[in-house]
Amino acid sequence: MSLNKSNHWFFALTMLLLLAIGIGIGISVGSSGLGSLQNAWRDDVAWQIIWQIRLPRTLGAFAAGALLGLAGALAQGLFRNPLADPYLLGSASGATLGVALALAFYGGNQFAPDAFVRVGLTGAAFIGALFAVVLTLLLAKGVQHTMRLLLAGVIVGVVMGAIASLISLMRPDVLQNMQGFLLGSTAFIGWSAFFVMVCVLLPCLCLAWFFGFAMDALSLGESTALSLGVPLRSMRIVLVLLVALATGTAVAQTGLIAFVGLAAPHLVRSTTSVKSASLAILSALMGGVLLLVADILARSVIAPQELPVGVLTAVLGGGYLLWLMYRNQNQGGLR
Amino acid sequence: MHKTLGHSTGRLIGMLCLGFMSCVVSVSHAAEIIKPAQRIVSLLPSLTETVCALGACNRLVGVDRYSNWPESIAQLPRMGGGIDPNIESIVALKPDLVLMAGSARGVDRLRSLGLTVLTLEPKNYADVQNALGVVAKAIGVPSKDSDRVWRDMNAQVAEISISMPQYAKAQRVYFEVSPVPFGASESSFIGETLQRLGAKNILPQAMGLFPQVSPEFVVRAQPDIIMVGDSNLSDMQARPGWANLLAMRNGRVCTFSPKESDVLVRPGPRMVEAARLMSQCLLDKSASQAKPNS
Repeated sequence: MSLNKSNHWFFALTMLLLLAIGIGIGISVGSSGLGSLQNAWRDDVAWQIIWQIRLPRTLGAFAAGALLGLAGALAQGLFRNPLADPYLLGSASGATLGVALALAFYGGNQFAPDAFVRVGLTGAAFIGALFAVVLTLLLAKGVQHTMRLLLAGVIVGVVMGAIASLISLMRPDVLQNMQGFLLGSTAFIGWSAFFVMVCVLLPCLCLAWFFGFAMDALSLGESTALSLGVPLRSMRIVLVLLVALATGTAVAQTGLIAFVGLAAPHLVRSTTSVKSASLAILSALMGGVLLLVADILARSVIAPQELPVGVLTAVLGGGYLLWLMYRNQNQGGLR
Repeated sequence: MHKTLGHSTGRLIGMLCLGFMSCVVSVSHAAEIIKPAQRIVSLLPSLTETVCALGACNRLVGVDRYSNWPESIAQLPRMGGGIDPNIESIVALKPDLVLMAGSARGVDRLRSLGLTVLTLEPKNYADVQNALGVVAKAIGVPSKDSDRVWRDMNAQVAEISISMPQYAKAQRVYFEVSPVPFGASESSFIGETLQRLGAKNILPQAMGLFPQVSPEFVVRAQPDIIMVGDSNLSDMQARPGWANLLAMRNGRVCTFSPKESDVLVRPGPRMVEAARLMSQCLLDKSASQAKPNS
């Protein structure tokens, strides 16, 4: 693996520049058009739209994308599989089940206990995601065997997804909300959601940086990693928790957003070759920019109407990945 | 509301604090509406119709994409639907009242932005009466007026019911709401209307408001009459065993156009019209049933 330091910095700076441009565009476009920006200093409502709707939404889209990109890079390093997705450990289905349960209980009962209302859907999604990952770990009897872990993740995902579908079938009033959750949307991100994501993102990034060397060792094979003195077991536990935490937090705030976690690390690898630590950081930046761009498109393409951002990421991310795959086929498939 | 912040140059500094406040302090949304709402956004068709029935149609400034009655609201800007309410567009309209279903997304988000949000989701007659009262209070319509709207509705449904001839009564009806299939049970507002018209519902109260029914259940129950939106009909005929349902074989299936379906499935002031549609169906199909016997 050739390491080109200046290349990384160039990539990171490009991403940060895109982020800055994205924020600029993000606060300018929306259903109510450019007018809100022009009137922001005179009109309280225009100000509210810029400051309390567009800005947190723009930053939130970046943070959620960054969490998914980071989780994707970590999952691919952990499973040593470029097709690994942050949703692999069952966290997506777990979050979906959490939301379905919360809706079924809360939706039917106007007088639900206060605490439950406060935990709300985001909390339910987060708890569901964590629960699914813990269940996957239990079924896989730990994190030693990557194959077993993958398989357990798929099983937990299928079963939890099925239970969630069952709940929404039994409770038709919940269907609509479930559908919204499955589509994924950045439209409801406020400052609190943004701060929650940032509070999770920053420590996750630090830990990912710290464990980068171990993932590099792991990429050479388990026995090599062990012979290099890498504490494989504890490293795997930390990585699995990081993936769950990052994914759960993002999914809890935005619903299911496809492909960002899968595509971001690939996009980074296709432009620059990096060590795992840098890959994690750059994937986070890339994922953030991806979702930010998708969010801007989602609210401007058919303005004043909006598209669900999850649909856009699926189409754009999927299309780009496909293109990447065919382009690289002559060079030995996806790198 | 946060807009109390002045226009001073200190605004930029205030931004950070404000951001923190909006996440730390949960904004208390006043349950009491002090002055009658003048700018109303409705995100549920039945609530849009309720507002208009109370004579406040001209105070609506935005509606959801499914609201399509009365025609005077056709030009109003669309704010998305229950799954994807467009937060920014709603805030930009500066509404002093937002009406939406409790199960819709974005209720908390709109409240945290300082809007007054009333959540109502009528599912039976009592809910519809309650919604009329609550909306009337919020928009400053005297309760005697909303009571009158309700009394008129009831009286008209009763009138239709009384006019039903004996042969059209006690028909066992299956009303399909959507093709999964979900049906309307006795406890739903549709079921209540059927009951008032003297029909019997094959879906008992115990099954919940709009239960999912297995194809077998309906085959076993052999309804005399089936009521369904015309887009569902082909799907229905393809279900195992349904082509042989007596009601299907004898053509005792009422299909409703999308416009009529809107009337039938919205728990609001147009329930009288819905009762009329259902009674017409009962009359037509019972007559065709009565003839071969006579």
